[in-house]
Amino acid sequence: MESGLILGGKSFTNRLFTGTGKFRSKKLISKMLEASGSEMITIALRRVDLTSKEENILEYIPDNVTLLPNTSGARTAGEAVRIANIAREAGCGNFIKIEIITDMKYLMPDNEETLNATRLLAEDGFIVLPYINPDLPLAKKLEEAGAAAIMPLGSAIGSNRGIRTRELIEILIDCCSVPIIVDAGIGKPSHAAAAMEMGADAVLVNTAISAAHDPVRMGEAFSYAVKAGRMAFLAKLTEESKEANASSPLTGFLR
Amino acid sequence: MTFFETIKKFDPEDIEKSIGKMSFVEVKRALAKNKLNELDLMALLSTAAQDHLEEMAQKARSLTVQYFGRTVSLYAPLYISNHCINECIYCGFNRSHTITRKLLTHEEIEREARFLNAQGIRHILLLTGEAHKITPLEMLSDVIKLLRKYFPSVSIEVYPMDTEDYRILKKAGVDGITVYQEVYDTSIYDKVHPAGRKKNYKYRLETPERAAKAGLRYINIGTLFGLAPVRSEAFLCALHAKYLENRYLDTEISLSIPRIRNIPGGYSPDFLLSDRLFVQILLAYRLFLPRSGITVSTRETSDFRDNLLNLGVTRFSAGSHTEVGGYTEDEQSVPQFEISDSRSVEEIVRVIREKGLQPIFKDWEDISQ
Repeated sequence: MESGLILGGKSFTNRLFTGTGKFRSKKLISKMLEASGSEMITIALRRVDLTSKEENILEYIPDNVTLLPNTSGARTAGEAVRIANIAREAGCGNFIKIEIITDMKYLMPDNEETLNATRLLAEDGFIVLPYINPDLPLAKKLEEAGAAAIMPLGSAIGSNRGIRTRELIEILIDCCSVPIIVDAGIGKPSHAAAAMEMGADAVLVNTAISAAHDPVRMGEAFSYAVKAGRMAFLAKLTEESKEANASSPLTGFLR
Repeated sequence: MTFFETIKKFDPEDIEKSIGKMSFVEVKRALAKNKLNELDLMALLSTAAQDHLEEMAQKARSLTVQYFGRTVSLYAPLYISNHCINECIYCGFNRSHTITRKLLTHEEIEREARFLNAQGIRHILLLTGEAHKITPLEMLSDVIKLLRKYFPSVSIEVYPMDTEDYRILKKAGVDGITVYQEVYDTSIYDKVHPAGRKKNYKYRLETPERAAKAGLRYINIGTLFGLAPVRSEAFLCALHAKYLENRYLDTEISLSIPRIRNIPGGYSPDFLLSDRLFVQILLAYRLFLPRSGITVSTRETSDFRDNLLNLGVTRFSAGSHTEVGGYTEDEQSVPQFEISDSRSVEEIVRVIREKGLQPIFKDWEDISQ
């Protein structure tokens, strides 16, 4: 049995991370968490309303699930730092997913501001998970700056287009020492499985679960896919080949 | 090219003609595409598309769920003054109307704010007429600071300003504006705005850009249906949104579809927008601009609004009053326009939930300080 994924000193057995956005009802969030077994869930601080019990999304997340507040809405490193501090003061813990977006059309992360925010927040004791456009030199700088993991995008947020940045993510998986968590663009369980087979340490899935007809069952489906993909990675996948390879080789008799 | 230059290239009459020539072949082509161009937009606004409303609706719905999820954001308008120097012939606040003019005091504004906050409202749209002497920048700035104590997000629908003024209001805590061009057809614009600052078409047209340059994160535009031929207005408004979206990548652009209803003073619109065409325009907007927000106010009746919920609407006003002091004052002033959905926030929330959607009260956090 492999040991869990360690992030910020915490061990996560389930490598499917989820999100709170886009559900038709907040009650479904707790049900989805139960069905999927997801142990970490991201939440946009901008949506947290501590002044209203019924509307406070935190009420719908069980204590055994780790909160990963995100800086959605931030356009600069300074704004991301402010959001992180508000989240910590609001009792959301030390984890922070840096999401700095200056383009409302494709929602591409601003890598430069993200690096700056990572430096500041890691120094301040946060467990920092930056969301980035996959880029190796940046990833190495993020590691140096103290990122606890790196979250490269598979394709645009909410696009459900799958792992379009596959080759770039493979480079990160190959060269980075911190965990790689594929975030954004994962539209179906097979995409999640593919990311895990590549050797990603975890995936974060929101829209594909929350916008599904049955988000609870979809959460469970993703959980299976992530487990299968991880197991396949650990079992060492055989290489792909264009030609056929006989499963009983003709020269097998030679000793 | 600025959008004003783009507008000058188009003759609304030619647009109407081109849209009129669209056949079901173009409509089908537009429906099969993921990324729509101007011709596709024309096709979706045409009479030929009327037979394909259901297909458009299905596609609009799935795009909305993909980009916005199964959610609807809520806001409420807060009118603090109906003083106005303009003479827009279609508006209840027109300076030549002999209505009681009113400007709320800080205490009255705070009372309204407290009331709306208790209803659960967290996003507010602050409105005034255009009266620079009665509601000057400094006063608005103070009101915004006051409102920010009660609401994490304050947008304004006041009067067009310079970029520098928007910067000042942003500092005070504003994060968005609503500004309708009212009518994109320049000659009709000139006719329906006989006097006042609003007569300057170009200044009004470029208002969203000045706000975007000042760093406001949320901009809502629209054309007021009823004043000019409907399809060409919808076309130009959608192009305007697209232009803003491409040029100001860090700003969220959204659209409203206001149409003229009964207005005190008795203006009757020359170009009625029917329910059917309203829906067609909403769907065409969604297909042409999948990521843009679409706002529907209480100008529309409750039944109609409820049915729009699953068609691409992302923002809904709730429990609205369009009179100055409408929430808590005993003595009510004349509303800017008659509202047709007078249900409480609670009732609207219940309907939204019944439709399988999550009402979102708060979707912003103050990070400006």
